[in-house]
Amino acid sequence: MHIVVCIKQVPDSAQIRVHPVTNTIMRQGVPSIINPYDLFALEEALRWRDQAGGTVTILTMGPPMAEDTMRKALTLGADRAVLLTDRCFAGSDTLATSFALATAIGKIGETWGPPDIVFTGKQTIDGDTAQVGPGIAKRLRFNQLTYVAKIDSLDPESRAITVERRAEGGLQVLQSRLPVLITMLEGTNELRRGSLDSALRAARAEVVRWGAAEAGVEDTAKCGLRGSPTVVKHVFAPKPRAEKAQIIETAAGPVRTQADAVIAAIFARQPGIESDLLRLARHS
Amino acid sequence: MSDAAKPSPPAAAAGRSSMKKELPEHFKAYRHVWVFIEYERGNIHPVSLELLGEGRKLADKLDVELAGVVIGAEAEALHEAALSCFEYGADLVYRVADPILAHYRNEPFTKAMTDLVNTYKPEVLLLGATTLGRDLAGSVATTLLTGLTADCTALAIDDERSLAATRPTFGGSLMCTIHTLNFRPQMATVRPRVMPMPERQAGRIGRIADHSLSMAEEDIVTKVLRFVPDRDSDKAQLAYADIVVAGGLGLRTPENLRLVKELAEVLGGDYGGSRPLVQKGWIEADRQIGQTGKTIRPKLYIAAGISGAVQHRVGVEGADLILAINTDANAPIFDFAHLGIVADAVSLLPALTEAFRQRLSINRAAS
Ligand SMILES: Cc1cc2nc3c(=O)[nH]c(=O)nc-3n(C[C@H](O)[C@H](O)[C@H](O)COP(=O)(O)OP(=O)(O)OC[C@H]3O[C@@H](n4cnc5c(N)ncnc54)[C@H](O)[C@@H]3O)c2cc1C
Ligand SMILES: Nc1ncnc2c1ncn2[C@@H]1O[C@H](COP(=O)(O)O)[C@@H](O)[C@H]1O
Repeated sequence: MHIVVCIKQVPDSAQIRVHPVTNTIMRQGVPSIINPYDLFALEEALRWRDQAGGTVTILTMGPPMAEDTMRKALTLGADRAVLLTDRCFAGSDTLATSFALATAIGKIGETWGPPDIVFTGKQTIDGDTAQVGPGIAKRLRFNQLTYVAKIDSLDPESRAITVERRAEGGLQVLQSRLPVLITMLEGTNELRRGSLDSALRAARAEVVRWGAAEAGVEDTAKCGLRGSPTVVKHVFAPKPRAEKAQIIETAAGPVRTQADAVIAAIFARQPGIESDLLRLARHS
Repeated sequence: MSDAAKPSPPAAAAGRSSMKKELPEHFKAYRHVWVFIEYERGNIHPVSLELLGEGRKLADKLDVELAGVVIGAEAEALHEAALSCFEYGADLVYRVADPILAHYRNEPFTKAMTDLVNTYKPEVLLLGATTLGRDLAGSVATTLLTGLTADCTALAIDDERSLAATRPTFGGSLMCTIHTLNFRPQMATVRPRVMPMPERQAGRIGRIADHSLSMAEEDIVTKVLRFVPDRDSDKAQLAYADIVVAGGLGLRTPENLRLVKELAEVLGGDYGGSRPLVQKGWIEADRQIGQTGKTIRPKLYIAAGISGAVQHRVGVEGADLILAINTDANAPIFDFAHLGIVADAVSLLPALTEAFRQRLSINRAAS
C-alpha cells in the first residue's frame, strides 16, 4: 500500500503575538511546529502501513525551512519526504494550495506508485479552514472521507474501506473504495514516539525537494497569489470591548455574601434573566 | 484560504489580484444570495436559519432575492423544510429530491449543488461550518474553481457589490476581511451560533423551484452503512444552551468540575470548559468552548477559572452577559466579560449554586 500524508508546518500560534501598533504578526522567535492535527493523520497512516505493509510518503508545501518538520515526521517513522517549495506558491489560498498539493501527489504517484490513501489533518491551526483536504480529493477524483474518527476495516486486496465519520448528531459508518482521501479527526489515536531505528534512518534520509516544475505544475498561474480567487483586503486586530468588566466588589466576607452580590449584579444588569432562569430550571 | 489568510503583506495581496475591478463578462449574470439548508432526519440545522437571517440582509443590500437550497430524499418532507425557509426570510427555495440523497454523502450532494449553481448562477452562496457544510463547501468550491472563506464571523456587501467576509486568523489574534473579486459565486461558511437567530415570520411564503439530480446510485462509490446517533444527545445542545457554565484550569482538580456541573444544573443550563481541560481529559472534546471548540451564544455565560485567551474569547463573545470568576484581577477575561468578581471559583461556585437554588425556588413558590 502507498499512503501519502499531507503535513503543514505552522507557527506555534500559542506563542504568536500581534504588534500592538502595526497589527502585524511578530514572527521573530515563534517556533514552527507540525500542525498538531496532522500528527493524528500521520499516526493513522503509520499504523495501517505497519499492519498492511507498504510505504508512507509525507508531503508538505512550504518554505525551505519546512525541512525541519519533515525530518521530525521521518523520525516518527515515515518512509519518504517530499518538500514542495517554490516562490510561485507564495500567497496560495486553499484553492491554489490544493491544486499544488494534488499535482505533487500525482507526481509522487508516477514516481513511487499511485497512492491508495491520502491523509490530511482535520484542519490547520493557522489557516484553520478544513478546506484543503476536500480540495485535494476533488482534484484527484478520490472518494472523500472527512472527519474520520476511526478506520474500521481496510482491505488493500478488495480495495474496500469502512470508516466511522463524525457527522452532525452522530457517527456515519461509511463504506467506500480506494483510493480515498481521509481527513483525520483529532484525539483518535495516540502518537508513537520515534524509535531509535527510525531516528537513525531519518538522520540519513533525504528530504526530496521539488519546485513547481519538478512537481509537474505546468500552469503556474494556478499557483500562489495569482491562482487564488480569494484576496485578503484588510487585516486588523479584534476590537476590544469599549468597557471592561464591571467588577463586583465585596468585602472579604463569607462566600454566601459574595454569591448574593453576584446574583444581584446579574439581575440588575439583565432584568429579564430571572424569568428565563425560572423557566429553564422548571424544565430541567 | 490557508495562506491567503496570512496577513504578511496585505497591501501586496490586495494590490495584485484586486486590481481588476471589472467582473469577467460571464460572471455578470450571477445574481441572488443562496443559503444551503442543512436538512437531516426531519430537522433543519439551526445554523441554516441563522444564515437565512444574515443572507436576508445581504440580499436586501444587493437588492436581489434570497434563496434556500434544500436537498434530500423526499419531496414532501423538503416541502415542509421549504415552508420554514420562507418563514425565516427566503423568497425562493430550490429543491432537489431524490432517494439517493437520503443521507448526506459528498458525491451526490456536490453534484446537486454544483448543478444548481451552474444553472441558476447565484452571486453569494453561504453554508454552515458544520462537519456537513465544510465537507460540502470545499468540494463545491473546488469543482466550481471559486473562492471560499471559512468560519466567517461577519459578512457585509461593500460598495462594489462584493462580499466582504471577515474571519479570525492566527488563532484569533487577528481578523482579516477576504473578498472573492473575480469569481462567482462568492462562497463562505459560518459556524453555528455566530449569527443571531432571525425572528420567524409565521405565514410568510415564497416559491419552490424543483431541480432533478442527474445521477444514479451505481455512480456513487461511497455507501452509508449505518448512522449511530450520539447517545448523550444533549451534548450537541451546548452550542444552543441559554445558560452555560464553564470551567478552566483555575478549577485546579478534575473533581472540581462537579461544581461547574452543579451550577449549570440548577440554572437549567449546560456546561463546558476551556481547551486544557479537554487535553487533560477532564472533559469530553465536544464540550470545549472556543475557536477550536464550540461557539456559544447564551443569555448568560459564567466562566470560572478561565483566563480568557483569545481562542476562548472568540467562542463566547456572542453571549448576552458574561460573568467571569477569577482570582487574578488582571486576567484578560475581565477585558471582555460584562461582570467580574475577583474570587476563588472553587469556593464561590458552590455558594452561587446554593444561592441560586434558594432564590429560584422561592420565586417559583411565589409565582
Ligand atoms: C490553535 C489553538 C487553538 C485553541 N483553541 C482553544 C479553544 O477553542 N478554547 C479554549 O478555551 N482554548 C483554546 N486554546 C488555548 C488557549 O490559548 C488557552 O491556553 C486556554 O484557553 C487557557 O485555558 P484556561 O483559561 O483554562 O487556563 P489558564 O490560561 O491557565 O487560566 C487559568 C485561570 O484561572 C485563574 N485561576 C487560578 N486559580 C483560580 C481559582 N482558584 N479561582 C478562580 N480562578 C483561578 C488564573 O488566574 C487564570 O486566569 C487554543 C490554543 C491554540 C494554540
Ligand atoms: N501547505 C500545506 N502543505 C501540506 N499539507 C497542507 C498544507 N496546507 C494544508 N495542508 C493539509 O490540509 C489540511 C487542512 O488544512 P486547512 O484547509 O488549511 O485547514 C491540513 O491538516 C494538512 O493536512
